[in-house]
Amino acid sequence: MTISPPAAAANAADPLASVDALIEGLGSVGYISSRRIATALFMAVKLEKPILVEGSAGVGKTELALSTAKLLGLPLIRMQCYEGLDESKALYEWKYGKQLLYTQILKDRMGETLADAPDMDGAMERLHGMGDLFFSEPFLEPRPLMKALREDDGCVLLIDEVDKSDEAFEAFLLEVLSAYQVSVPELGVIAAKTPPLVFLTSNNVRDLGDALKRRCLHLHIPLPEAALEERIVATRVPGIEAKLTRELVAFVQTLRTLDLRKSPSISETVDWARALVLLHADSLSPDMVRDTLNVILKFEQDIGAIEPQVVELLHRH
Amino acid sequence: MQHTLEQFFRALRAADVRVSPAEAIDASRAVAVTGYGDRTLFRDALCSTLAKSAEEVDRFETVFDTFFARDALAPPPQGSERDAPSEQDMAAVESSPLAKAVLEGDNAQIQQSMEEAAARAGVADIRLTTQRSRLTRRLLEEMGLEEIEKIIANARRMPNGEGDGLADRLDQARRDLFAEAQQYVARQHDLYAAGSARELREERLARKQLNADGGVDPVDYQLMQALVKKMAKRLAAKYSRRRRAAQKGHLDVRKTLRRSMAHGGVPFQIEWKVKKIDRPSIVAICDVSKSVAAAAQFLLTFLYSLNEVVDRMEAFAFSGRMISVTEILEENGVDGAILKVLQEIGFQQTDYGRSLQDFAEQHLDSLDRRTTVIFLGDGRSNFADPRLDIMRTIHDRARAVIWLNPEPESYWGQGDSVMNRYARFCHVAKQCGTIEQLERIIEDVLRSYVPH
Repeated sequence: MTISPPAAAANAADPLASVDALIEGLGSVGYISSRRIATALFMAVKLEKPILVEGSAGVGKTELALSTAKLLGLPLIRMQCYEGLDESKALYEWKYGKQLLYTQILKDRMGETLADAPDMDGAMERLHGMGDLFFSEPFLEPRPLMKALREDDGCVLLIDEVDKSDEAFEAFLLEVLSAYQVSVPELGVIAAKTPPLVFLTSNNVRDLGDALKRRCLHLHIPLPEAALEERIVATRVPGIEAKLTRELVAFVQTLRTLDLRKSPSISETVDWARALVLLHADSLSPDMVRDTLNVILKFEQDIGAIEPQVVELLHRH
Repeated sequence: MQHTLEQFFRALRAADVRVSPAEAIDASRAVAVTGYGDRTLFRDALCSTLAKSAEEVDRFETVFDTFFARDALAPPPQGSERDAPSEQDMAAVESSPLAKAVLEGDNAQIQQSMEEAAARAGVADIRLTTQRSRLTRRLLEEMGLEEIEKIIANARRMPNGEGDGLADRLDQARRDLFAEAQQYVARQHDLYAAGSARELREERLARKQLNADGGVDPVDYQLMQALVKKMAKRLAAKYSRRRRAAQKGHLDVRKTLRRSMAHGGVPFQIEWKVKKIDRPSIVAICDVSKSVAAAAQFLLTFLYSLNEVVDRMEAFAFSGRMISVTEILEENGVDGAILKVLQEIGFQQTDYGRSLQDFAEQHLDSLDRRTTVIFLGDGRSNFADPRLDIMRTIHDRARAVIWLNPEPESYWGQGDSVMNRYARFCHVAKQCGTIEQLERIIEDVLRSYVPH
């Protein structure tokens, strides 16, 4: 789950010096951000607060975390949330197998160790000492959250789709997010030396609790305006004709004004642009659009509704 | 500036953006990082620390724009004869710093003195529209308008109309100031009082009789619908928590031992008993006939919200006949769904007997001992056969039958109401005339009659 730090982009300027520097820095790793996004990220770093990123699927929530890690040259630790996710999968688990193995070995040596104990109490004492061994670091299996806290030079922790986890887990996250520490009953409190930069993403499957929201900065990424989207496409799809970019972004923007089950978001636009480049298109023709409509629309009904209108929609801009 | 931020938080709270002390501290820290120089940066930094959902962001922006609106005062009219105030004029206005600022065209100074005066006059404490003119008056007094008036009077008394120029100029300034102060107070009203007025209205609406004559004011309709949704959501949150809490159980010894076989009898993996949760199943039947016309929209709104909340729910609506509306509710937005249901069967003559028969013929099978049946209707059968036998069957089959009637209990059994007779076959029959009652009853229902 840990992605090793890529060679940090050789930035002459410190990307965290100002919001503008941050926008530029993110741009250099391929993430075209609006001012608002960069400001929120800037504040998150400066205030050492987690940042909760909301927005519909495919607007680049996860991508923001990935790009930030790349920009800052920090390792990225990613945790995907799902219903039923619990502490043992998110935080730590004891290595039961190893503990078992040690028990077996111990069983054989038990007689020897206890042979010279003066009396029953002395033997008990020694046994207690052994018991503690089983719940110590060597038997600890760290999971993403624990790993993030133990990265001494800091890291980017991405808690993806936190709205999919259940409320109990959300409550459990509170300690991690506000104090950057966790308590393991057998070991005590483990605190981060350098607080990780935490991204939480949410698709609004359910409303998150107020307590969690209060601990985070909030960032809502809307669908981008045409100019921004054109820049994103141009960055993400190298070698695309400017004319095609303009046309396809305009078409997607028109689609978004229509009543669809799933409006195309940025990732669909980029996919579509890639597909069109592969097909050697240099401008949009109705036939081309009809053939590739399934790249931007993900529901049969949507495709059915748009297909007859393609010519008209193309002429609208 | 800290004071200004505090005021801003208050304005946000009035606009229903919740700002807790912790968030207020965050915001202050954020501002310490950004400074006040760059307006966009300042706004975005505050926004990311204070607004915690897309709706809150919208509200935040509105409040921000209103709060930090400092449209500059109209520049002093550049009359031909008044490039700079004459020495004589300046001497005349010596006693009033405000008049001096006006003559010198020092807008920043005027703005500042208005802010200070507003703090002294307590403009930010405004609650009601009717306080506006009084507070405007107070604000101007605090700014020292009286001094200016005195100077004007003095200037007018000067011989040969010598002071007329000065007096005219100050007179104009006074009028501008008055308009400015009025606008300022209006803005404060929008910031601080709008929220409390809405709360008041919501409270009143929650208690309003749903079947009152003429129904609900169209103006209130949107608000009321929002209220209904809010309540349904609240219930859902409460209720789903209960369900999840029920999942933790006790140690399951049998399973744990069975698992431990793999580890030579050492119980490494501990298994917990998990309570099996019966998914709630609710059958909601809603009357949309003429007699409950006013209430029907709200009963349907509630039905709709409940449908989003409860996993297994079937919804029916009837007036003359009964149809299943589950699909309509699921496929349409709330307004569309209500309109569609009303179009299909709304506002006809009620026929309880006929509708119950429809239900019995097609949907009786869906009732079992886990089903809770909720009726929403007035029990007025237009003197037709009420088909009590079907009601009895439903009663016998279902886990519980609950009847919510928008009419007060004293009307039950009067005229064509057969409510008394139906009530015999209900576990609960209650009046529910207002949204508040509706919420309370549904909460009881979810708690006691829907299996966990």
